[in-house]
Parts: sequence; C-alpha cells; structure tokens
Amino acid sequence: MTTSDLRLTASNLACVRGGRIVFEGLSFSVTAGAALVLTGPNGSGKSSLLRQIAGLLDIASGTLALDGGDPELTLAEQAHYLGHLDALKPAMTVVETLRFWAAWLGGDAAANAPAALESMGLAPLADLPVGYLSAGQKRRLALARFVATPRPIWLLDEPTVALDAASIERLGAVMRAHLAGGGIIVGATHLDLGLAGAQTLRLGAEAAA
Amino acid sequence: MSPMTSLSASQRLQAFANPARFMALSARLLAPLWVVSLGLLCVGLYYALVASPPDYQQGETVRIMYVHVPSAWLAMFGYSLMAAASAVALIFRHPLADLCAKSAAPIGAAFTFLALVTGALWGKPMWGAWWVWDARLTSVLILFFLYLGYMALWAAIEEPARAARAAAVLALVGAINVPIIRYSVVWWNTLHQPASVFRMDGPTIAPEMLLPLALMALGFTFFFVTLLLVRMRAEILRHRVRTLRLARAAASAED
Amino acid sequence: MTRAFFALIGRDLRLAARIGGGGGMAVFFFLVVVAVVPLGIGPDLNLLARIAPGMLWVALLLSSLLTLDRLFQADYEDGSLDLLAMGRLPLELVAAAKATGHFLTTGLPLVVAAPLPGLMLNLEVSAFPALMLAMLAGAPALSFLGIIGAGLTVGIRRGGLLASLLVLPFYIPVLIFGVAAARAALFGFPDGVAGQSLTLLCAVALASLVLGPVAAAAALRANLR
Repeated sequence: MTTSDLRLTASNLACVRGGRIVFEGLSFSVTAGAALVLTGPNGSGKSSLLRQIAGLLDIASGTLALDGGDPELTLAEQAHYLGHLDALKPAMTVVETLRFWAAWLGGDAAANAPAALESMGLAPLADLPVGYLSAGQKRRLALARFVATPRPIWLLDEPTVALDAASIERLGAVMRAHLAGGGIIVGATHLDLGLAGAQTLRLGAEAAA
Repeated sequence: MSPMTSLSASQRLQAFANPARFMALSARLLAPLWVVSLGLLCVGLYYALVASPPDYQQGETVRIMYVHVPSAWLAMFGYSLMAAASAVALIFRHPLADLCAKSAAPIGAAFTFLALVTGALWGKPMWGAWWVWDARLTSVLILFFLYLGYMALWAAIEEPARAARAAAVLALVGAINVPIIRYSVVWWNTLHQPASVFRMDGPTIAPEMLLPLALMALGFTFFFVTLLLVRMRAEILRHRVRTLRLARAAASAED
Repeated sequence: MTRAFFALIGRDLRLAARIGGGGGMAVFFFLVVVAVVPLGIGPDLNLLARIAPGMLWVALLLSSLLTLDRLFQADYEDGSLDLLAMGRLPLELVAAAKATGHFLTTGLPLVVAAPLPGLMLNLEVSAFPALMLAMLAGAPALSFLGIIGAGLTVGIRRGGLLASLLVLPFYIPVLIFGVAAARAALFGFPDGVAGQSLTLLCAVALASLVLGPVAAAAALRANLR
C-alpha cells in the first residue's frame, strides 16, 4: 500500500434517492491515518454517503476521489464496507466464510485468516457453522474480514450494533491499528469509538440550508 | 447461557433420559439384529437364486420377485411407520418419535426405489417396456415422491424442532391422501385402459416359491429395523453434536 | 482474478450441497413434472414415446426456472451481493460464475437424471445419447439466459414468478433446437437434420454465454444503485 500520502476527497457531493435530495453540496477531505465520523439524524444520508464511497450507490453530482492509492484499482476496490447486513451464510463455517471473502476481496486467505479471527476473538469458533453464532459474533465475523484483507479505506455503518463492551473494545483496537498503519476510516456511529482526533461531519444541516 | 434453560424441568428430563436409555438399549440390540437380518438374507437369497425352481411361464426372471415383493412391502411399511411415528410425535411429543419418523424416511424411500427398479427390470421381459403406467406402479411412484417431499422438507428447515413439526404434519396429510391417490389412480387407469395387458394374480404361488419369499420378506424387515436403529442412533448423536456446538458458541460469548 | 472466480463457484457448490435446496430439488421437480404428464394425457405408451423428447425438454426448462429466483436474491438478502460488487472481478464475471454454479448444481444433475424419466415415457433407449447430448449443450444456455431474469428481478418481492415470465421467451430457441435434435435422432430423419439442429443449439448456447453475463450485470447495476 502506498499509504503515506493517501487522501479521500469529496467535493460538492449530492445524493438523490427516490426523487428526494438526501444531501447536496457536501465536501470533506480525509488523509491517511485519520478517521471521519458521520453524525446526524435518521435519513440524513449517513448510510447513503458510505454506499456512494463503496461504489454501491450512484453519485448524483459532484466528485469523490482517492489520491495516492493504487492507480490500477477503483475507489470501491480499495475499500472495505460493513453495512447493516453481515453478508454471512449460515451453512458455511466461520473460517470458510473468512477464507472466501479474503479470496474474493483480494487478500491472502490462508495466511491472514488466523490472525483476523484472533483479533475479533473468534479463534475458538473457527470450525463452527455461522448459523450457530449469536448476532454479536456474526458482526465480529463480518468485521474480521477487514483484518483478513488489507484495504486502505474502511467504511463502517453502525459497526457496534449487537456488540458488547468487550467486542467494542476489540473493534476500537483494530481501528486504531488500521489508522496507525496509514489507513482511512469513515464511519457512522452513535457511540464514541475512542478514536483520538477524529473529524466529525454532521449531515442533515446542509440539506435544510 | 445454557441452551436448555428454556425447557421446563420435566421436558429436560424427557429430552435427556429417554434418548440415553434408547442409546443403551439399541447398542445391545444392534449386534444380534445384524446377525439375524444378514443370516436371513443369506439363506433367503440361497433359496431364491439357487434352490427354488424357475417359473414354468416366466423362467428365471421370476427370481426378481424375491427382491421386488419384499421391497414393495417395506415401501408401504416404511410409510405407515413414518406416519404412525409422526402421529405419536404430534400428540405425545415423544422426542424419539420424531427421530423415528425422520430416520424411517430415507430407508423407506430406498426400498421404494428398489421396488420401482426391480419392477422395471421385471417389466421389460414381461411387458416389453421398462415402465408401464399401470395403477399399481403409478401409486408406488407417487409414494416415492411423497417420501422425497418429506425428506426435502426436513432438509429445507434449519431449526430441528420446527422441521419436525412441519414434517410430521406432512406425513399425516400424506397418510390420509395415500388411499385417495391410490383409488383415483386405479380409476384413472381402468378408465383409459380397460383390459389390462398384464395381471399380477397368476396361478397360486407354489410352496417351493413361498418359502424363499417368506424368508426374504422376513430378512428385509429385520434389515429395515436394523438400519432404522442405526439411523436413529446417528440422529441422536447429531443432535448431541449440535447441542455441544451451540453451547460452545454461547460459552465463547461470555469471555 | 481467476482465483476469485473459482472461489465464488466453489462457495455456491458448497452451499448447494449443504442446504440441499438446489440440485436435488430440481431433479425431484423434473421427475414429478414428467410423471404428471401421463396422468394428464393417458397411459398410452406409443403416444408417450412420441411426445417424450418434447416433454423432457419442457420439464428441463421448468426445473431450471424453478431454482433461478434464489440465484442473486439469496446474496441480495444477506448483503453478500454488495461485497460481491466490491471485489476486483467485474460484475459480468460475477454473473458468469453464478451461472456456472447454477449449471453445475441444477442443469448437469438434470441431464444426468434424464434417462430415468425417459424410460418412464417409453423413449427408445437408442435415442438417449442424442437427447442427452442436446440437453448437455442446451442446459448451460438455460443457466446463462436465466441469470438475466434473476438479475432483473433482484430485490423485488415475489420476483421468482416475474423472473420466469421474463426468461421463458428467451428459452424458446433453446427448446426448439433442442427438441429438433432429439426428435431427428429418434425418428430417423435424414442425417443432416439432427446435426444441423445440434449445431444451431450450440450456437445459441455460445451466444448466451456472452449475452447472459453482460445483460445480467447491467441489470444488477440498475437494480443495486
């Protein structure tokens, strides 16, 4: 990763869903090692913005650009995205799931899977089918794929849903390590994730203006 | 959290004590059952293939009967057992009844398939076709489909308790439907094809043929029961593995 | 890239084997559809033998349709489709991998099982090789055209029926050439006819290998974003 001069920039970004303007004229810039926390009321477009960065939602106007990344890859191909759904299959085991997503997202599955499971406290459950896990364990498995595959940008939509205090602490540690390694995090959350010096972007005010 | 806390004390007792006793009892029964069923099948096959005379009309092909008829009998027996076990499961909530019904299905389906295949092999020289849409064959085929549907339902529902209830309802509805299907199929075929080209009621069966047939039928039945016990034991073990794994997932959440 | 492609096919095969909803159910449905035909038109073996190739093809088509609606829908419902879209593989290849998985878990078992209902419809045993060859050429086309319908209806509630309605017209050339190849072999048409139909069937199949993934990817993009 050429992460030292990484910069994610949005200028005059707008999002339209179902004929309604969710937000417009949105601009921000995040550099390597920094986190951007999205706040705002329901429907202010936090999830939509994350999906736009992940390439899952069309950009109505404005631009989103990543400078200093891999020029061969698109922005979405350098980003990890955790939405409201965990993207898990009950019939697959924990380690199979992680291996598959690592292979799919472009990581070295065999090498990274054990460490990723360890970081989320899932190592003892590696051989269990996902269907046996609790909601919090499933969320942790979804987060483990962030660790298993190196991608510089992490997009987290309410990552702490269903997580207990110990798991939130684990997530905080993993996120701090990612930032220390020169990554970028954009997250929408109600909880303080313990990230020192995170920028905050408040959505919803612009739409009214 | 233990996965069993949602059950009442008596249910917990039933869920554990009964299968445990069944495991102990079946472990002792299995070896003699294997000996008896394999012994009967060996002797029966000897009489069926070697020691009994060929039929004066059908020649050697009559020997297919010694496999075909017991299979067809067990196809019916299997479904009746499945339906009876399902009824017990629905009414008395006996934990072994669900397992019995679930375990009987693939064995019954296998014997139904065997009956269909041996019937086809027998039919080719007799009727000149592998398959004839006669009332009897058609209703056995539909029985086979009922078995497959029952098994597919078990496979489709992930949670065992829910799958058991749904499958039991299906088996009972099927049991009510079987006579109606049978009747309608007979009516259907006699309507279209009055003078049937073949008749199962040939000359009364000779004693030297009756002996191997009886031996084979008995051997098949013992074999069915043996397999049923093996499968039920496997189901209980599967259930235990599931419980242990759920407990492991739950225990890991606490740390 | 190749690794991700095969990883996706492998995952789909594994899921099909564990859940048991896919291939086994399709073969079951195939048998039931064929068994219902004599009940509808009567047990006349000569008549059944005459219509057997067409009936088997229609049953193949219906069974293939049956499993189509879960193809993208299952991945859409649990969020996997989002991540599949974020891999390095273009959506066209995602669609191609899903179609390959569908063929391996549904089309191929149906072709292998075809002799059984064939016997029950009193089809000449000598016609089996030609019939199965035609089905083997046609079944991939059914999967690769089917993903278009699956892609168009992803995210729509009760999209399964709609997907069938959308896809059936595309299946018609496959049906016509497939039945023609089997009938030509069965009724001893002049040599060229069977070969010609089979060639046309292969042409349709090859075209669908290209058209299907491209159209399905476009449909997915339209539905997802």
